[in-house]
Amino acid sequence: MNDQTLTPEERAANLKGMGSSRKRVEDVRFTQGKGNYVDDIKLDGMLFGAFVRSPYAHARVVNVNKDAALAVPGVVAVLTAEDLSPLGLHWMPTLAGDKQMVLADGKVLFQGQEVAYVVAEDRYIAADAAELVEVDYEELPVLTDPFEALKSDVVLREDLEGQTEGAHGPRKHHNHIFTWEQGDKDATEAILAEADVVAEEMIYYHRTHPCPLETCGCVASMDKVTGKLTLHGTFQAPHAIRTVVSLISGIAEHNIRVISPDIGGGFGNKVGAYAGYVCSVVASIVTGRPVKWVENRMENLMSTAFARDYWMQGKIAATKDGKITGLWCHTTADHGGFDACADPTKFPAGFMNICTGSYDIPTAYLAVDGVYTNKAPGGVAYRCSFRVTEAAYFIERMIEVLAIKLNMDAAELRRINFIKADQFPYQSALGWEYDSGDYHTAWDKALKAVDYEGLRAEQAQQIEDFKAGKTRKLLGIGLTHFTEIVGAGPVKNCDILGLGMFDSCEIRIHPTGSAIARLGTISQGQGHATTFAQIIASEIGLPADDITLEEGDTDTAPYGLGTYGSRSTPVAGAATAMAARKIRAKAQMIAAYLLEVHDDDVEWDVDRFAVKGAPERFKTMKEIAFAAYNQAIPGLEPGLEAVSYYDPPNMTYPFGAYICVMEIDVDTGEWDVRKFYALDDCGTRINPMIIEGQVHGGVTEALAIAMGQEIAYDEMGNVKTATLMDFFIPTAWETPNYTTDHTVTPSPHHPIGAKGVGESPNVGGVPAFSNAVHDAFRPFGLVQSHMPHDHWRIWRIANGLGMHG
Amino acid sequence: MSKMHVKLTVNGKQVEGLAEPRTLLIHFLREDLKITGPHIGCETSHCGACTVDIDGKSVKSCTTFVAQVNGADVTTVEGLTNDDGSLGVLQEMFREHHGLQCGFCTPGMITRAHRLLQENPNPSEEDIRFGMAGNLCRCTGYQNIVKAISASADMLNAQNQPSSREAVGQTKVEAAE
Repeated sequence: MNDQTLTPEERAANLKGMGSSRKRVEDVRFTQGKGNYVDDIKLDGMLFGAFVRSPYAHARVVNVNKDAALAVPGVVAVLTAEDLSPLGLHWMPTLAGDKQMVLADGKVLFQGQEVAYVVAEDRYIAADAAELVEVDYEELPVLTDPFEALKSDVVLREDLEGQTEGAHGPRKHHNHIFTWEQGDKDATEAILAEADVVAEEMIYYHRTHPCPLETCGCVASMDKVTGKLTLHGTFQAPHAIRTVVSLISGIAEHNIRVISPDIGGGFGNKVGAYAGYVCSVVASIVTGRPVKWVENRMENLMSTAFARDYWMQGKIAATKDGKITGLWCHTTADHGGFDACADPTKFPAGFMNICTGSYDIPTAYLAVDGVYTNKAPGGVAYRCSFRVTEAAYFIERMIEVLAIKLNMDAAELRRINFIKADQFPYQSALGWEYDSGDYHTAWDKALKAVDYEGLRAEQAQQIEDFKAGKTRKLLGIGLTHFTEIVGAGPVKNCDILGLGMFDSCEIRIHPTGSAIARLGTISQGQGHATTFAQIIASEIGLPADDITLEEGDTDTAPYGLGTYGSRSTPVAGAATAMAARKIRAKAQMIAAYLLEVHDDDVEWDVDRFAVKGAPERFKTMKEIAFAAYNQAIPGLEPGLEAVSYYDPPNMTYPFGAYICVMEIDVDTGEWDVRKFYALDDCGTRINPMIIEGQVHGGVTEALAIAMGQEIAYDEMGNVKTATLMDFFIPTAWETPNYTTDHTVTPSPHHPIGAKGVGESPNVGGVPAFSNAVHDAFRPFGLVQSHMPHDHWRIWRIANGLGMHG
Repeated sequence: MSKMHVKLTVNGKQVEGLAEPRTLLIHFLREDLKITGPHIGCETSHCGACTVDIDGKSVKSCTTFVAQVNGADVTTVEGLTNDDGSLGVLQEMFREHHGLQCGFCTPGMITRAHRLLQENPNPSEEDIRFGMAGNLCRCTGYQNIVKAISASADMLNAQNQPSSREAVGQTKVEAAE
């Protein structure tokens, strides 16, 4: 091909770089059933592990009798806390500075807790034998309500008795974990005392679960000859897992290879370290054989990684014209039996202090109290950046509550309180520096797109019709303008277990002008192999199709903190661009040498360096790549590769305007989403097709959470929603079509201006759906009703408002 | 536990093996035959990641004993690839319309869609949404899955081919675009 015949635009299009809706390279494998997920891994002599789990939410474990289980042919071992204790592995550290039992050490604190681990020749024998392990329990009083737990004499964590200092400061009660305070309490309370209007409400964001379609699992394989442990697993942070395994097992880190193969969805579920991983590693060391553990769906929903469960008491102050003057929030956070929240170390309540949202609120105060209860540990960011979903739901509900108090239109109330475009970078009252935004433009575009005025007129007509007995259906218009905080984060204030939250990319250019790039992140469906190649293609002018991307193998990939909190593009994406720029800088020197001009006399042109003023004299990146390997260039090392470890100067702040139009049947509680409009601003857009797909998926997860999905317990601590029969996941039938839209406000500090998008639709979607339900009943007096808004609860709202005659 | 002899056709090939009476079809496929396209997502028939085609019906193989399908004709997603190794129409359209993300539900989705289009070659959007409701996806929100199936139906009808199994290769797919 003679490149000179192509225009720069044509050459750029051939690269399939940033902005291209490039088809995904992953899909060729996945559509043929040729993915390689953890449960697809089969090693010679592999054994299977299965857990014996507690049926009780709170009980003493008096005795564990393994005899019957060990007598089953094919059973190789049965591990209990007693077996792990000499290794110091019967407890493990959590990501939140607490510790957690690997196997029950004298008592259990939640239903489904791991009590014993059976290792057998196949999964059927393991399951058979697990049934035969006899455990004697002595039931203890159960605490499932965090407010009760803070008053109760019942001590859940006897191992912490007498410890008045926790990982995050003083503990006020034996079931209390921490208090985290942000902002100015006195100033906020003074404003509340003097305000024209104060709206107060308890906003509960219920407990739910990320529930990826693939559950958690691993294959641990200890090679006794080499002393090397290979651990395949569903890890969203493989490098951090390697370090954690090394620290708790004592195996030197260079002797541990962690591999995250294809991951069947993560959504936060696969960030933490679970008992199954530890037990499998121990079992492999003990037996000398590979050991596979894959949890079933019930185990997944009952034991690994719940999300949310925040009781958020809010007060919002405003002038009578609707200008917000102050925000106060006290959150009671139910963390379950162990504090295993997956948050950066200094943020025990994650980024809950983004709860001032998109609004210019001059004074604010937030306090969060973490509480132990007899529920599963977790507190992961389910498609969310560390409690941002909770924060966004809180402020977007409080805005609606305030609108009711002021008798104002909620769209207008938002508009007059938005941070203005010229206020960025914006310092929030709770300590963040928002990088960029243009909320008014996005908001106006969204309202216009859905014909907001027209919808309100239609709603008014429908209310009249309802009152006249012509219909039993109501129309709800759910508004949301959310601001996210993603891309953790600057190493100076974000770490996990002391590991700074940078990320990395290494790029090697091959002599013939193709490349391989390796990153510290790991895709769970986001399409990294497609999009990160696009960044490189645009930066160095080699076609994305000629760039292989690898992640997840700690023996080959550079160290990184992994994929969660929408951090891949903001952090690893930045590292990718920076590594590519290092390569381009060297390429410039090579090109200048080949063209026999000074380095400064060549300039970059899509896929080549050309002599300034003489564009016909150029060297393409492909030619430069070959020269890097075959020419002895004075002053330059051979080869063409680079690595970047990127520590972002700030987080990124994606935002969006979502509007949901929902019809609700007052008599049955059934709902129908008539329209859902999602405008996202994630800065520079790398692959519009993938962004749109992320929005569809995230809004659908939001639909699930808002409209029915929950992890519910009865008063005995039994999980009532531990199968997909009870745990709501919308099918294609319930799921509406979405209209997506965008504005582009690049991040000023990110090398390519990208902000991250995967979690925005969940953050914005939940309040949009919930606000639609509330909005439908607002004319009839509803102020606040807790999610999930399943048919029964919606029916109950109508019933409570006297609408059933 | 004593084992029984089972014999079935999987993706056009005769296979046989020994299995316990309680062995689930999904485990026989995945562990004995190493056909790992069908996945296990729930073990209770709800999610559909394990969907295979048995004698012309979509069946969830996580709640089917292999003993029940002795002698049956089983098709998995692996069997929907063209003989020359190129992607079948549904596989290609799922890729074209971004109908998958993590890929875990995809084999079940495509296998179910294959049967749906046999049952109803001209499905409306509503038909597709109803017909696919036994298969859960956590990533895509279904919108692009519906698009992919609809596009597959159009393409298959245009080619007057009853099934993607015998269908057109990559070149024809591209020509039709």
